[in-house]
Amino acid sequence: MGLVSLRRSAGCVLAGLLYLFVASGVVADTKPLKLNTTADHSKFKELQREFQSGPDVTKACLSCHTEAAGQVHRTKHWKWEFLHPASGQKLGKKEVLNNFCISIASNYSACTSCHVGYGWKDASFDFKSEENVDCLACHDTTGIYKKPPGLAGNPVVKDMELPPGSGKIVKGIDITKVAQKVGKSSRDNCGSCHFYGGGGDGVKHGDLDSSLAAPDKELDVHMDATGLDFTCATCHKGSSHDVAGSRYTPTAMDKGGAHMRGKDDKSNPATCVSCHDAAPHKQDARLNNHTGKIACQTCHIPEFARGGVPTKMSWDWSKAGERDAEGKHVVRKDAKGHIIYESRKGAFELGENVKPEYFWFNGDVNYTLATDKVDKTDGITRINWLGGSPDDGKSMIWPVKVFRGSQPYDPVNKTLVKPHTAGNDDTGYWKNLVWDKAIEVGMKDAGLPFSGKVDFVKTEMFWPITHMVAPKEKALACTECHSKNGRLAGIAGVYIPGRDANSLVDTFGWGIALFSLVGSVGHGLMRIASRRKHEEKENG
Amino acid sequence: MVERVYIFKGFERFWHWSQAALIMFMMLTGFEIHGSYALFGFEKAVGYHGIAAWTLIGLWVFAIFWHLTTGEWRHYIPTMEKVLVVAQYYSSGIFKHEPHPFKPSQLNKHNPLQRLTYLGVLLFVSPLIWITGWLYLFYGNWMAWGLTSLKLEWVATGHTIGAFLMLAFFVSHLYLVTTGHTVTAHIKAMITGWEEVESSDAANAQAGTEKSLNNQPWSPS
Repeated sequence: MGLVSLRRSAGCVLAGLLYLFVASGVVADTKPLKLNTTADHSKFKELQREFQSGPDVTKACLSCHTEAAGQVHRTKHWKWEFLHPASGQKLGKKEVLNNFCISIASNYSACTSCHVGYGWKDASFDFKSEENVDCLACHDTTGIYKKPPGLAGNPVVKDMELPPGSGKIVKGIDITKVAQKVGKSSRDNCGSCHFYGGGGDGVKHGDLDSSLAAPDKELDVHMDATGLDFTCATCHKGSSHDVAGSRYTPTAMDKGGAHMRGKDDKSNPATCVSCHDAAPHKQDARLNNHTGKIACQTCHIPEFARGGVPTKMSWDWSKAGERDAEGKHVVRKDAKGHIIYESRKGAFELGENVKPEYFWFNGDVNYTLATDKVDKTDGITRINWLGGSPDDGKSMIWPVKVFRGSQPYDPVNKTLVKPHTAGNDDTGYWKNLVWDKAIEVGMKDAGLPFSGKVDFVKTEMFWPITHMVAPKEKALACTECHSKNGRLAGIAGVYIPGRDANSLVDTFGWGIALFSLVGSVGHGLMRIASRRKHEEKENG
Repeated sequence: MVERVYIFKGFERFWHWSQAALIMFMMLTGFEIHGSYALFGFEKAVGYHGIAAWTLIGLWVFAIFWHLTTGEWRHYIPTMEKVLVVAQYYSSGIFKHEPHPFKPSQLNKHNPLQRLTYLGVLLFVSPLIWITGWLYLFYGNWMAWGLTSLKLEWVATGHTIGAFLMLAFFVSHLYLVTTGHTVTAHIKAMITGWEEVESSDAANAQAGTEKSLNNQPWSPS
């Protein structure tokens, strides 16, 4: 019996080895197989030709991906417009203004270098055009696809002077190569715009900059290029070209729990909870007590702008306009070489490794639009503000980058204004440093009134922080909040052990403890004294 | 003349000292959590406080069992008898070197003031700390338990009040330990079980209470 089974198993081993040998021979015979896609676009005959422009490529894409343009047309990435379902405010990049470069009205050619389209150079852009959808902005895998400001979202296909008359030659890119190598969106695709919001690397968000193109674990535990290596779309998972996650209707409190395959789940897939559930702390379950009131981001993003790229913390447009002795624009840099003053933009403050500010946030984001009344005497104008309170059952404590600035407004009409900044013309502020002309053109383009008077008003914008998630070892230590002057010192409506105490109870409590002590000591001293007397009496 | 009386049994002494250690440790960690000082660091303090709490709960399970099965719980039945006499002793007699009006025995370990104090601790301070402490521990379950309108602030404040009362008790208790026949008589009793008492005319003072206790069926003969 034993011999038979031994033989049998020896036979099995031999058969296994034979199989391995044959199998490896088979593998060696086949060509390298791509496993991350079913289509190698470089093999498609539709792409085997020279392309002359962006729309030229798009037409080729649409010959197979027949629904793609229509899908993109429905998105914020295309429309730059968003009708807020609750407030009814018409938002989106096309409508809102901010306290960075302020507004895109009359500045389309520059701003739309980040539009997923071609040719949006003024308000007359045709949003129904299919061939003007830019597929490459999100699907380039070569890294050579660039859309410089000033060309209304078009890439440079042939060498050209840009800006015209500057003498600077921008080299044309090989758009045919780009077209043949399209693939899934990477961090670089999203980052080519979202890392550079506000006009430069890391300027706007603080938690999104070029350091996230290939971050280490310390900077982002999910995107860690040598670890989990998430792309943006791993969390911002969408379908039909509609990318999940929104700054206009963010999910402040996700009550849905982790998503499950097959379950019809319409909730935002980009939240932490959508993967981690609302009770994610397995080792120290006590931490789950925090998840009802504190956004994951509050503890797990201890600081933003951690990747070595500074973010702008303030922008004072009222300081813009300086000229040197020769009448030229002035640029001043800090010790690290970062610009802190520009004649065309004003004065900046930069920050790295910035501790966020914290607010109750229920997901409501409201905007002050150029049609809303603004009064300088009210103090600071909040260009956007976050709804939330400790008691509404919808709010969590969130980390926020508060961006502070000073920007032009119309003191007669009492509105914020949309100046014409970018543009190689006689009215663009960045060229001529004249406010009233620039604002007149910008407001006219936006179809808004302008009195001709210019003043400056202090503004604030609120940017909830959600990227640059640190590894758990680097999450906030307890005492960052559980202490008298911790990070949540200004947060009302929640009892934080270590921060809060009822002063009456404390006074009374230490009082009776002290009373006991004093009483005991007094009693003891009297006993000692009486004993001496007693002993004297006995001895005497 | 000094007489030695066996008062505290083995388990009782173990209970007392382990509970004393736990409560002291919990006051130490608890007031750190409260924000009164920094010692272990908040995170460790919370961890230690929790471990000590569960240990104390375990100890209490045994202690309650012991008290119920041995009938020792009767030592905490309050009595007003001789309360004034004992109070008078501590407020004046003790200074005149008078003997203690109460003589402890196995049947009657605690003087009437002790009985009242310990009962107060048992009926008021402990439940306050325990109930709020449990709620604190299970904060994450409040929603599931339907405690939707409970506020952590109330629970924490109640817990803190309890802690302060315990601290005041602790301070007085530490001092009163020294008021025995000698300064160390009481503490020796809690270590060895044997209390030294002055036997002069204290027996009379004790007689009254002992009589009532002697009638109990559980009394050892």
